[in-house]
Amino acid sequence: MFTRREALFGAAIGAAAVAAMPAFSATFAPADIGALAREKVKLVAPPFVHPHDQVAKGGPKIVEFTMTIEEKPVVIDADGTTLNAMTYNGSVPGPLMVVHQDDYVELTLINPDTNTLAHNIDFHAATGALGGGELTLVNPGEQVTLRFKATRSGTFVYHCAPGGSMIPWHVVSGMSGAIMVLPRDGLKDDKGKPVKYDRIFYIGENDFYIPRDENGNFKSYETAGDGYDDMMKVMRGLIPTHVVFNGKVGSLTGDNAMKANVGETVLIVHSQANRDTRPHLIGGHGDYVWEEGKFANTPAKDLETWFIRGGSAGAALYTFLQPGVYAYVNHNLIEAVELGATAHFMVEGEWNDDLMTQVEAPKAIATN
Amino acid sequence: MPLSFLKVASVAIAAATVPIGLSAVSWSGHRLHPVTITVTLPPGSITYSLPGEFLRGEHPQANPRLKRRFNKPIEIMTYQVSVADYADCVKAGACQSPQETREIPPNAPVTGVSYLDASAYARWYSQATGDYWRLPTDEEWAFAAAERFRGGFEGLQADANNPAKRWLARYKAEAQLDRSPDPLPRSRGSFGVNSRGLADLSGNVWEWTSTCFVRATLAADGTGVANSLDNCGVHVVEGFHRTYMSNFVSDGKSGGCAVGTPPDNLGFRLVRDRPGWRKLILGYLGI
Ligand SMILES: [Cu+2]
Repeated sequence: MFTRREALFGAAIGAAAVAAMPAFSATFAPADIGALAREKVKLVAPPFVHPHDQVAKGGPKIVEFTMTIEEKPVVIDADGTTLNAMTYNGSVPGPLMVVHQDDYVELTLINPDTNTLAHNIDFHAATGALGGGELTLVNPGEQVTLRFKATRSGTFVYHCAPGGSMIPWHVVSGMSGAIMVLPRDGLKDDKGKPVKYDRIFYIGENDFYIPRDENGNFKSYETAGDGYDDMMKVMRGLIPTHVVFNGKVGSLTGDNAMKANVGETVLIVHSQANRDTRPHLIGGHGDYVWEEGKFANTPAKDLETWFIRGGSAGAALYTFLQPGVYAYVNHNLIEAVELGATAHFMVEGEWNDDLMTQVEAPKAIATN
Repeated sequence: MPLSFLKVASVAIAAATVPIGLSAVSWSGHRLHPVTITVTLPPGSITYSLPGEFLRGEHPQANPRLKRRFNKPIEIMTYQVSVADYADCVKAGACQSPQETREIPPNAPVTGVSYLDASAYARWYSQATGDYWRLPTDEEWAFAAAERFRGGFEGLQADANNPAKRWLARYKAEAQLDRSPDPLPRSRGSFGVNSRGLADLSGNVWEWTSTCFVRATLAADGTGVANSLDNCGVHVVEGFHRTYMSNFVSDGKSGGCAVGTPPDNLGFRLVRDRPGWRKLILGYLGI
């Protein structure tokens, strides 16, 4: 779909077209950016998160990330329904990036020539240029590097936003993820006391809009572009055919269920780039929940269900108190059970009778 | 080959001597659209700003303005391909139906067509007529559009210290056009003819060209292009203003122009390439 050409226009470009370029010297450019330490981070696919410090060591630094965009078909349910997915780094959602407040995020975004579409990235955590979208549009065969300062702490969505209807189309084709900007001194509870997590999981929720044929069966297409017109029609109806965690029905159940132990504290980061959702941990709670995801705000306590606004990411901290299988769902239960938005935690440990006990097992109703 | 596609001699209209109202009306009684009326543009030149994005170092530049010479005449359709024209291709099974649900007069330009649709039509129409028809290049379109060619809003040099100046300027330039959307395609000829005799240019139907989107880095000395990369998944679309659309997009409101005014509709017209000697000889030999 693309070709390279050298010296395409020859020497024909007139001097009038190209005035001398002033050297780069933006007013607010950090003078000491070159003096900052650099750290290269290798991203990992959700629900896992790359290793990171919860409390920052030392001063702000430049954290380097690389993401390669992959357009590829992915199966999104047990029936083999296929989405012509667009992905950051090959996963839906894209990987969770973790930095500390006042660090600089330096992302190299690669759009290999095996792709067919132009993509970019809009960081809700960044300031200016449509979240970086204006500065990161890359055609197949191109790469770009963006640096922004993570001035606000919290969990934030990033997503592709290449203009017009391409924006929702790319997002509901899988192009979203999240970044977590931790306070330099780590997370705090409602009283300002430090809290830590033993494990972290990143759950990205996606709404998919797969077109159906005359018989009601899901259609598949050779390329994303082939399905564009049909998918736009479904999207405009606003009723998703699938609502899933991490790219497919059942991506976080069974063998892929998330694991924890009684007594461990888990941070669950939940993003939805497009549509409101309401996570709920069946049989558990949110001890401390940053519903809007922004750590400068006091966390809410003891929540049963929390609200994640479309286009945002939230974080919930919970210490497991009982062993067993927990379902983590979007508590629109139709979306959870019928459309796919269910994940599981397998929690090992000792049962606490004080918290719950079955006083009497089921038996025939007593009559006398 | 259906009867209606018997090769019809085109009506060559010399530039600047355009009888207004010249059209195919009353050509043969029942079907009017198969008559392809073309304009033959005599050789000439234009100076126009290239499509695409141009960088110098790391910064966007004004699109270079180049003088382009056309040494041979260009024969181009006077009107955009119509709803009825396109329907014949659909009927023949060579084109997919346009993504168009509105009531549109059959002699209005076909809309709701992607670059892929337009290319399929050109292929089929070439076979049906025995001539070689293709989409115009962007520079051919600009040459043919003459005073109706506007180009894009990309022609601003970035301020190295403040990229936002360029975005704001582009936004203002688009807003200043103050063009309200004009969604419904009209009968051919509704937007009049330009000085070269082409009808309906830069009305409410934008036109696909065969020119790929290009991002080029200008040489440091400003005398050429250091390197460039074509993205042929995106083609230049011309009309009231220039824009860029993915090949599969058929709804103008959909593809480009994240800010600013998107095209009302997407359609196309074709260029006929003169058969070269090679083809003529092969033709005589019956090959
Ligand atoms: Cu994208």
